[in-house]
Amino acid sequence: MDAISYERAGDVSSALRAAQQPGTMFIGGGTNLLDLMKGGVERPVHLVDITHLRGLDTIGTLPDGGLRIGALVRNSDAANHALVREQYPLLSQAFLSGASPQLRNMATVGGNLMQRTRCGYFYDTAFTQCNKRQPGSGCASIEGQNRTHAILGASSQCVAVNPSDMSVALVALDAVVRVSSLRGERTIPIAEFHRLPADRPEVDTTLQPGELITAVDLPPPLFSDHSHYLKVRDRASYAFALVSVAAALQMDGHMVRTAHIALGGVAHKPWRASVAEQMLSGKPLTDTTLRAAAAAAMGEAQPLSGNRFKVQLAQRSIVRAVNQAAGRTGGVA
Amino acid sequence: MSRNRVPPGSDEEPTPTADQPSRRRFLQSAAAAATVGVAPHLHAQTQPAAPPAPASPAEVRAPEPPQPVTLNINGRAYALQLEPRVTLLDALREYAGLMGTKKGCDRGQCGACTVLVEGRRINSCLTLAVMHEGETITTVEGLASQGVLSPIQRAFIEHDAFQCGYCTPGQLCSATALLNEFNSGTASTVTADVRTRPPQLSDDEIRERMSGNICRCGAYANIVAAVRTVHDGNTGNA
Repeated sequence: MDAISYERAGDVSSALRAAQQPGTMFIGGGTNLLDLMKGGVERPVHLVDITHLRGLDTIGTLPDGGLRIGALVRNSDAANHALVREQYPLLSQAFLSGASPQLRNMATVGGNLMQRTRCGYFYDTAFTQCNKRQPGSGCASIEGQNRTHAILGASSQCVAVNPSDMSVALVALDAVVRVSSLRGERTIPIAEFHRLPADRPEVDTTLQPGELITAVDLPPPLFSDHSHYLKVRDRASYAFALVSVAAALQMDGHMVRTAHIALGGVAHKPWRASVAEQMLSGKPLTDTTLRAAAAAAMGEAQPLSGNRFKVQLAQRSIVRAVNQAAGRTGGVA
Repeated sequence: MSRNRVPPGSDEEPTPTADQPSRRRFLQSAAAAATVGVAPHLHAQTQPAAPPAPASPAEVRAPEPPQPVTLNINGRAYALQLEPRVTLLDALREYAGLMGTKKGCDRGQCGACTVLVEGRRINSCLTLAVMHEGETITTVEGLASQGVLSPIQRAFIEHDAFQCGYCTPGQLCSATALLNEFNSGTASTVTADVRTRPPQLSDDEIRERMSGNICRCGAYANIVAAVRTVHDGNTGNA
């Protein structure tokens, strides 16, 4: 690992000031950043330790009935917070499906939002081509190993996927990201926080330089009775998703009043399956409507040489996750 | 760890003669041959770190000077001199001399480096030592109390829950935390309904909750049995 200098910030404003120094990065749980630094992918010269910032490690209710999760809350604590488990079980499930207990004890909510892709070409500097790591160098994955890569929203520059489980659930729940900078505070709807690669794959998010994530706000809980996070991966635990589905429903008997569906493992950002949501909303949930909605969700899929299987896997996963969320038994696919 | 290699011509130690290699150089080459890191703690306390061998000068940054970092490990304060980039794992092994914690992948994928910080299990390879000043750190060396093995340590022996033993320190720390986590009502991804407390520590729950610790010998069945024995003993189900 490169030599670095280090300082521990005590409050948000001193952290923001410290971040003005060129080559500075914030470090929270460090589970992704230190991994990337060991591989020479990230090369900060100065780290500002934000884990001791006061007031960002708590979870509390909002006046509108929603929930504010501080950016420094550890993934394990968020997953097991009583209000998250009772009111946003989808989010709890998503947290618990990610990484390992040790990593969840370290990783912060803000850091999870900033996770970088696990594309092997990005991670291994022995490969010279990676537009995300070295803009303009090309993409080795498009013609190379791309089994775990994107089937939606990719560009000729980059086919990497976002690895977060948490973010997929946050998209289905319409969360809002709160950020601070020396210019003040602003909020970013989660659907606009991560971006598609287009011609700037080196930029993962709409967070601006000098901004610090302070919290994630959840709207009032509407889906606590009918939600499910399904993660499909190569092994039963401790692996990134091939495909994941966050399904959140409001039901009137057998009728779907509202459906929110977000997909992980398929794109550079958590993918909101809006067309499928519209096809399910306001109708009785049947195998026919569900299959049609799942097929429509993949209508624009453009699989690569190694990941054609993801199209059908995503459809089946949507069907299963929505059925689980609705409390229907019996698989249809 | 190449920063601790002394370049030829360094004035930090007497130049060894061909027939009398210094002990330090012997240790360095032995360590290099074994492809494990040299042990900076052997000299880090007595002399400043040597500059890194400039393999590719433009790429190599001058090391930050070591700074005093006090770590509270197994109830004892260790006053160390650490560069900021030193991970907690390297601080434990190479600077505090506590070799119980193991370096497996060094990238957060195997769990061999698992230790307890403030009672919570973490991967010591993916965190900086300097970030843990003021916190309570427990390594495998701290699980036994006054020479008496902890229940989970005894159960690992009873159930033959290891073969080569390399992953065992991490498994033991992880299992210790697992039992506390379950008893405090935490859910896992195999818990049927996260809105309720998992009713029992099933084998599936144990496997999932130990999934951050890889055992290449494949002692998993016996590890699960060891965890189960301690849990059942604690809850009177034995």
